[in-house]
Amino acid sequence: MTPVATDPLGAMSCRQFVEIVTDYLEQQLDEARRLWTDEHLAGCDACRNYLEQMRTTIRALRDLGDESLDVAERERILAVMRAARPSSH
Amino acid sequence: MAVERGGVDASDAELVEALRRGDEDAYAGLVEELTPALTRLAMAHVPSRAVAEEVVQDTWVGVINGIDRFQGRSALRTWIFQILLNIARTRGKREKRTLPFASLRRRAEEGRDEPAVDADRFQGRRGENPGSWSRPPVEWQSPDVRLAEDETRRVMLEAIAGLPPRQREVITLRDVLGYSSAEVRNALELTETNQRVLLHRARSKVRAALEELFDEEDSVR
Repeated sequence: MTPVATDPLGAMSCRQFVEIVTDYLEQQLDEARRLWTDEHLAGCDACRNYLEQMRTTIRALRDLGDESLDVAERERILAVMRAARPSSH
Repeated sequence: MAVERGGVDASDAELVEALRRGDEDAYAGLVEELTPALTRLAMAHVPSRAVAEEVVQDTWVGVINGIDRFQGRSALRTWIFQILLNIARTRGKREKRTLPFASLRRRAEEGRDEPAVDADRFQGRRGENPGSWSRPPVEWQSPDVRLAEDETRRVMLEAIAGLPPRQREVITLRDVLGYSSAEVRNALELTETNQRVLLHRARSKVRAALEELFDEEDSVR
């Protein structure tokens, strides 16, 4: 159970948490909202799981980007660029 | 986490000079560095990798032809991304000319109508704790092993491909390619808030796709 918050925001619901999670991760919340979120997280295992899933998702997305260019493809592009360069004509 | 690239950078000026001289090594280095990222971003707009590669090739031709006119008002890499986005968007429109319900799509893109998590995962008003989970998310088991699997990558790529174009651009640049929110804002000409809303919608959907995959696998195991 989430403790009853004393601030004017009231207790955060899980449904509110999943909408605020990106602002939380991006550190874009003001102090009051950050505390509001921390308070909810402290009392909610499910939302802590959710937060961790979001972090894992971000890490996984980053891994998708680690890709290098193969030599043949690079050479192909460079050849096209060489042909297109204005000064080479 | 986020890799700072571009930005106001003294080495940018040197690199631009080298490119203007037609320095082959400078071009080779830049092509090697940016081509995978450009290809990913192009794929946010066009239906196949082959078309994305053509878009990237046209982008590099645009760079070589435009470098003399590059003003240095934005970072070099941001400028290159903008060239790519122009070409990719035009090409994307041509590839799927008919966009039914375009206005609906635009609304969906803004994300005002779509919750990050399906409403039926939460207790309704008559529940014991309205707004609390009715079907809570569980802890993912050994996520790093699973993330490395081809099937996981495929599901993620599919989830990204299914996003509205702006969400796709933002998540590709921010999370897949690791650019900062300022760089993404500049490259896509978005406000900070807009950028964050699009990122939020996009990440939420990719998370949901992973959850569905992992839940399915767990129920089989």
